Amino acid sequence: MYDIVIIGGGVIGCAIARELKRWRLKVALCERSDDVGAGASKANSAIVHPGHSAKPGTDMARLNVVGNQLYDQLCQELDITFQRCGSLTVAFDEDELPALESVYQDGLANGVPGMRLIDRDELLRREPNLNPEAVAALFAPTGGIVCPYELTVGLAENAAINGVDVFLNTKAVQVKRNASGWTVCTGQGDFDCAAVVNAAGLYADIFNNQVSTDTMRIIPRRGEYWMIDKSFDGAFRSTIFQLPGKMGKGVLVSPTVDGTIIVGPNAEDIDDRDDNTTTRAGLEYVYQAASRIWPALPRRALITNFAGNRAHLVRHDFVLGEAPGAPGFFNAAGIESPGLTAAPAIARELSAAIAEYLHASPNAEFQPCRPPVRRFRTMTMAERAAAIAENPAYGRIICRCEQVTEAEIRDCIRRPVGARSVDGVKRRTRAGMGRCQGGFCMPRVVAILSEELGVSPLQITKNGGNSIILTAKLEAVSREREAEA
Amino acid sequence: MNAIIPIDVLIIGGGPAGLAAALAAKAAGADDILILERENELGGILRQCIHTGFGLHIFKEELTGPEYAARYIAEVHAQGIPSQCDTMVIDITSDRLVTCVSAAHGLQRFQAGAIVLAMGCRERPRGALGIPGARSSGIYSAGTAQRFVNLDGYLPGRRVVILGSGDIGLIMARRLTFAGIKVEAVVELMPYSSGLKRNIVQCLDDFDIPLMLSHTVTAIHGKGRLTGVTISKVDADLSPIPGSERHIPCDTLLLSVGLIPENELSRNAGVDLDATTGGPVVDNRLQTSVPGIFACGNVLHVHDLVDHVSVEAAEAGRQAALAAVGRSLVAAESAVAVRAGDGVRGIVPQRINSETLTTTPVKLMFRPSSVRRNAVLVVEADGVPVHRVKKRILTPGEMVELSIKPDFFAAAKPVRELCIRCENS
Ligand SMILES: Cc1cc2nc3c(=O)[nH]c(=O)nc-3n(C[C@H](O)[C@H](O)[C@H](O)COP(=O)(O)OP(=O)(O)OC[C@H]3O[C@@H](n4cnc5c(N)ncnc54)[C@H](O)[C@@H]3O)c2cc1C
Ligand SMILES: Cc1cc2nc3c(=O)[nH]c(=O)nc-3n(C[C@H](O)[C@H](O)[C@H](O)COP(=O)(O)OP(=O)(O)OC[C@H]3O[C@@H](n4cnc5c(N)ncnc54)[C@H](O)[C@@H]3O)c2cc1C
Repeated sequence: MYDIVIIGGGVIGCAIARELKRWRLKVALCERSDDVGAGASKANSAIVHPGHSAKPGTDMARLNVVGNQLYDQLCQELDITFQRCGSLTVAFDEDELPALESVYQDGLANGVPGMRLIDRDELLRREPNLNPEAVAALFAPTGGIVCPYELTVGLAENAAINGVDVFLNTKAVQVKRNASGWTVCTGQGDFDCAAVVNAAGLYADIFNNQVSTDTMRIIPRRGEYWMIDKSFDGAFRSTIFQLPGKMGKGVLVSPTVDGTIIVGPNAEDIDDRDDNTTTRAGLEYVYQAASRIWPALPRRALITNFAGNRAHLVRHDFVLGEAPGAPGFFNAAGIESPGLTAAPAIARELSAAIAEYLHASPNAEFQPCRPPVRRFRTMTMAERAAAIAENPAYGRIICRCEQVTEAEIRDCIRRPVGARSVDGVKRRTRAGMGRCQGGFCMPRVVAILSEELGVSPLQITKNGGNSIILTAKLEAVSREREAEA
Repeated sequence: MNAIIPIDVLIIGGGPAGLAAALAAKAAGADDILILERENELGGILRQCIHTGFGLHIFKEELTGPEYAARYIAEVHAQGIPSQCDTMVIDITSDRLVTCVSAAHGLQRFQAGAIVLAMGCRERPRGALGIPGARSSGIYSAGTAQRFVNLDGYLPGRRVVILGSGDIGLIMARRLTFAGIKVEAVVELMPYSSGLKRNIVQCLDDFDIPLMLSHTVTAIHGKGRLTGVTISKVDADLSPIPGSERHIPCDTLLLSVGLIPENELSRNAGVDLDATTGGPVVDNRLQTSVPGIFACGNVLHVHDLVDHVSVEAAEAGRQAALAAVGRSLVAAESAVAVRAGDGVRGIVPQRINSETLTTTPVKLMFRPSSVRRNAVLVVEADGVPVHRVKKRILTPGEMVELSIKPDFFAAAKPVRELCIRCENS
């Protein structure tokens, strides 16, 4: 029996799980995938928004600004890279100036600190690679960048250290009332609990509609991206937004904390919530639209593309708190952008409401910090020498593009809520994310996973389910063929 | 941290290039040589090339990759040249300070008299092609699949489509067929294959595997494991032709879409890179723009045949030894620039010492930019044609060698630029 069962291990579910442990509560989190952060939380723009783009008066606007402010401390506690690189919303012709002014006014209304309109000269001095047709921009110093899956993993790991039971490969199918509270039925059995948190992302409407009279419908809205090779690190200092208008919702160009550059997204409503395929047309649109910001956008340097789906609601605001007619069932639904930014604020607000509902007492043992992750890549030469002396596995580089060592890979598998698949390792360590995209390290990562998990390499997957990497042992096939002959 | 270790000739990479360079450096008088290799054995990519087709030029026999490598490795051992495996070089400075790490020796730093870059090349990944579609498992570069099969003993799938007709893809088509796997097709964007003719015959034709020229993969399907690909015909601009789509069910897609020299370390060292070859710019001594740093093999430009790698590497090793032992680090000052004209791509070396040009033959290597029949290669010195060679057939899949001889330049006028171009006869 749990006090709370959280459905969904995205950044929202994981942030709530961690925050709930500030109270003395028994918490379970069910995630249908083999890893946390495998939904929208791994495939987004990775921007910690300043908060000028949400409509004043909405929860989105409020929680965006509060969430943004919580990032420094959160990322410090969890040892997550977070950079306040600032953001620039750019007007590319005079016609766009009124729209720029209105973003500025919204920012003021939302309480975004430190914003400043800057002229073309200052803008081009800050961003020499920007399209010189730019006329003015809104600079927001609180804009930042973070690695969204690293954050989600950090939150989950810290939640687990604080006693949250994380159940992976556990798909919730039905939420029902029982005599004393709720039952969450999953593919791995039923969980009884006093309260439910619905953080199922694209599937949150399903659970809401099972229990509440106030129904909702989530529309999957796909966004596609290109990633640019690290050799262009430094091409942009800040995140560059376009104004919504002529070119649609506005494709952005931004540095990432890993030194690559991200460009995207487009926005297209689709039918299948799990469809994360990229399309030729979508990618071409993104490329063209991003060229407006960065005319010299190098096609040669595109290292990969991906897509993520927003959990869009027509009302376009977060749905937070107890669902009407369902006491103890708490929604965190419709969490589209700026949901990543708002996550710490959503978690704080929602967990306080749940604690109050359950009359919980504070947990003095809450441990907010996660043991730091040692990364060979960012160590000085002297630190590297020391690390290898202490653990020789730091001297074996497995991913040559991102310089990830065997020690880091083993560590990320052994940690609480550790990696179980090649993608899990990739998201935690960046092994396979560089310019060769795993060509070099994948066989090695498969071997380490198989060793650490004590299973055959044939059972190792890319990202759970049937996404196996290898299909047979060579001898087995030869024997089969001999038998046939 | 350990003290900096001085060394005369440091060789980065223990593949065929590194091995041949080491032997030649020794023969040229260097004694203090070390080969650094990140794998657990010497031999480079040859370790996983268990097919035959190596050594026809050098040994006049058909060897497998490991056999070819073994001959060089045995000689390296016989000569007492030390090597250190399981060691990854992570940095090279323009002052030739080399940093590497290994579990056995920790972080080491070497101050080298001369360096030979012999890191080989890597395969272009899917992302670089920008093929849209699902993020299924079962998509590998051909060399990764080759490693899985030949070194690890695992099969990557049951039903395979290969995109790109580079040699590794062709070899893998046959290798997988032998292993009982169905290879549905080899799909090639260009109207010609970039692989060797003999590989097309021996790896595809002999097994009735279709080679679909002017086609490409335009979509990838499958939520977990790959379930199929869509292929389309492309027009003259290489754009997919709408309506020509065809679905091929398969659980594996191998990519053999090009190789890129491993140029991260070269870049760290401040070596100028050639945008076409992807490798360093070198002079006729195979010295890069940084004095004392030499390059050879696939890290310099992607070769078709290992025999050519060995020959090239021997020259790099010799020059490195001369530079290190004689402490004669000379920059290529009065150099003649070599330029690729019409129909020619990626000439190596890119610079020739002016004196050498008029005294010694210099071998140029390059590729034609398209298939040409009955073509003429024209050598121009400062815009004036000085030599012409007829070629019955030129294809981008086969590297061309052209010897530039002193007698091309009868006049006493010093040459500033050489240009090689290709015209129809
Ligand atoms: C294209 C795009 C760009 C974005 N850019 C930004 C940005 O730059 N800045 C920003 O602040 N925000 C951005 N966002 C928004 C942000 O990514 C999301 O708000 C946030 O990731 C939502 O987190 P979540 O946990 O609600 O959803 P998800 O990450 O989708 O998590 C939901 C989880 O629930 C699981 N689940 C679903 N059904 C079940 C079930 N039945 N049982 C068990 N588990 C289940 C899923 O597997 C998934 O892991 C963007 C979103 C998208 C799509
Ligand atoms: C599938 C395939 C089929 C082929 N078929 C034929 C054929 O039939 N006939 C033929 O003649 N040729 C063939 N070749 C070509 C031949 O194998 C290559 O030309 C040759 O291996 C290139 O030698 P190299 O030493 O430059 O590179 P490699 O063999 O790649 O060696 C480079 C070495 O450097 C090491 N290295 C790289 N970076 C570092 C670092 N940072 N620190 C330490 N070490 C490092 C690598 O581990 C590697 O061992 C084939 C190649 C392939 C891949």
